[in-house]
Amino acid sequence: MADLRELYQEVILEHSKAPRNYRELADRAQKAEGYNPLCGDHFTVYIELDSGDPEKGRIRDISFQGSGCAISKASASMMTQALKGKSRAEAEELFDRFHKLVTGKLAPGNAQADLGKLSVFAGVSEFPVRVKCATLAWHTLRAALDGQKEPASTE
Amino acid sequence: MSVAINRLPRVEAQEPSGEFDVLKARSDFPILETRVHGKPLVYLDNAATSQKPQAVIDALTSYYTRENANIHRGVHALSELATEHYEQARAKTQRFINAADPSEIIFVRGTTEGINLVAQTYGRTHIGMGDEVIISGLEHHSNIVPWQILCGQQGARLRVIPVNDAGELLLDEFEKLIGPKTKLVAIAHVSNALGTIVPLRRITDVAHQMSVPVLVDGAQAAPHLQIDVQELDSDFYVFSAHKMYGPTGVGVLYGKRRLLDAMPPYQGGGDMISSVTFEKTLYNKLPYKFEAGTPDISGAIGLGAAIDYLNEIGLDRIAAHEHELLVHATEALSAIPGVRLIGTAKQKAAVVSFVLENVHAHDVGTILDQEGIAVRTGHHCAQPLMQRFGVEATARASFALYNTKEEVDALAAGVQKVREVFA
Repeated sequence: MADLRELYQEVILEHSKAPRNYRELADRAQKAEGYNPLCGDHFTVYIELDSGDPEKGRIRDISFQGSGCAISKASASMMTQALKGKSRAEAEELFDRFHKLVTGKLAPGNAQADLGKLSVFAGVSEFPVRVKCATLAWHTLRAALDGQKEPASTE
Repeated sequence: MSVAINRLPRVEAQEPSGEFDVLKARSDFPILETRVHGKPLVYLDNAATSQKPQAVIDALTSYYTRENANIHRGVHALSELATEHYEQARAKTQRFINAADPSEIIFVRGTTEGINLVAQTYGRTHIGMGDEVIISGLEHHSNIVPWQILCGQQGARLRVIPVNDAGELLLDEFEKLIGPKTKLVAIAHVSNALGTIVPLRRITDVAHQMSVPVLVDGAQAAPHLQIDVQELDSDFYVFSAHKMYGPTGVGVLYGKRRLLDAMPPYQGGGDMISSVTFEKTLYNKLPYKFEAGTPDISGAIGLGAAIDYLNEIGLDRIAAHEHELLVHATEALSAIPGVRLIGTAKQKAAVVSFVLENVHAHDVGTILDQEGIAVRTGHHCAQPLMQRFGVEATARASFALYNTKEEVDALAAGVQKVREVFA
């Protein structure tokens, strides 16, 4: 039986009440929208790369706006913190590991430790219905990196 | 080959006597014994679907154990038995909503299919370029989208009756909207998201004065109110079995005979024909004209069993019990700081939709779920209505005959717990 405290940890609640990097970026930033139609979570993720080459560049700045449940908002907030200064490849790799974490496919130990603060989302794996909340911002980020025009979705 | 319907002898419904015994009723529903996350199930999502009494479950099992055969086509004993029970279900439905004739009862898959059927048959032949269809701001997507599709096909226009802050229809605005271009009014009897009971008689009177027919989405009314389509003078009335203690997969379209007679078929196939050649096909008479292919036979029989169950208890007693739950829930939730009720119409069915300050509905739902409480969170297939109230989603508790005051108390305690988590 899953404990609510595993899902709604202090850190997650705190980030959802006071999300970090909760602003827009300047016009030249890339952005993408993400939307979870089942519950109405809706976010825009903004990224600024330090180089014109998307393969080589690092994320100079990243922010988000939007509304959604506590899980989705906290995930977006902590994602922006984790991805500053990362390259595209590193961001993808982090998304992959985060996705495994929230779907219960990551063994505890070093792999989880490498996720740093993001490891607090481990509890989501006990609440499968909320996985899409946790991953929405990340899907949106990927869309922003790809320069995708249609809104990202978790569907 | 159509079959003469067995005319059932008129049975006067037994007047149910005494107080409604909710604990006795609960014992009829085996799923209420379930435990969720180690806690007793508190099932408050009845507007999504209702639970089923043993009598309905038994009717389904009995059908497949002892009666199963295809209907209308066979001369063997099982086929005759299945046909008789299927047509008995039709007769029960006729009496349940006081339709004038059993041929006015069409079995469809559910309310959504019923509405699509009317849109694509009556709609395609009576609503044309420049005409208007009136719906309301309360509507479920199933009573919006089929009309959008029709209007797109025909070059017609959709008009919407606005809703006030209490979730009531602005009838003065309706009277301004309806005019010579209006060809149909499609309206909910009870709002699924807010519980508002719509003043159908008045709307129908206004519409009929202008010779405009009215289609009623009765999905949320059927489990809670006595429906009398002749008294309401509804031209079309649709509802689903699964919302009223029957199985999923079957619903009812009622239509006035002369309207149904003038409509072309919806789906073509077996049973809706009287003869087929490659040169010419003749369609069957009502109701079979609109029942192509093998129907959900067990579903219809299950619906009949649900109707029997409701008649035994009496819808009046159910409505009175549910109204007490509504009053209790409204008081209990209003007393919680940060709770805002959405949908405060003077006339409501037992549905309470609310938002909790600073907490997304989804989080409310997850925490309540951990307490064993099932509510629905989201837009309730009524996105335009949610937008009208400036909310992305609400949490909705919807009550049925087997819910208790104690369950309402558990809901209130659960909402307090949500506040604690997010404090």
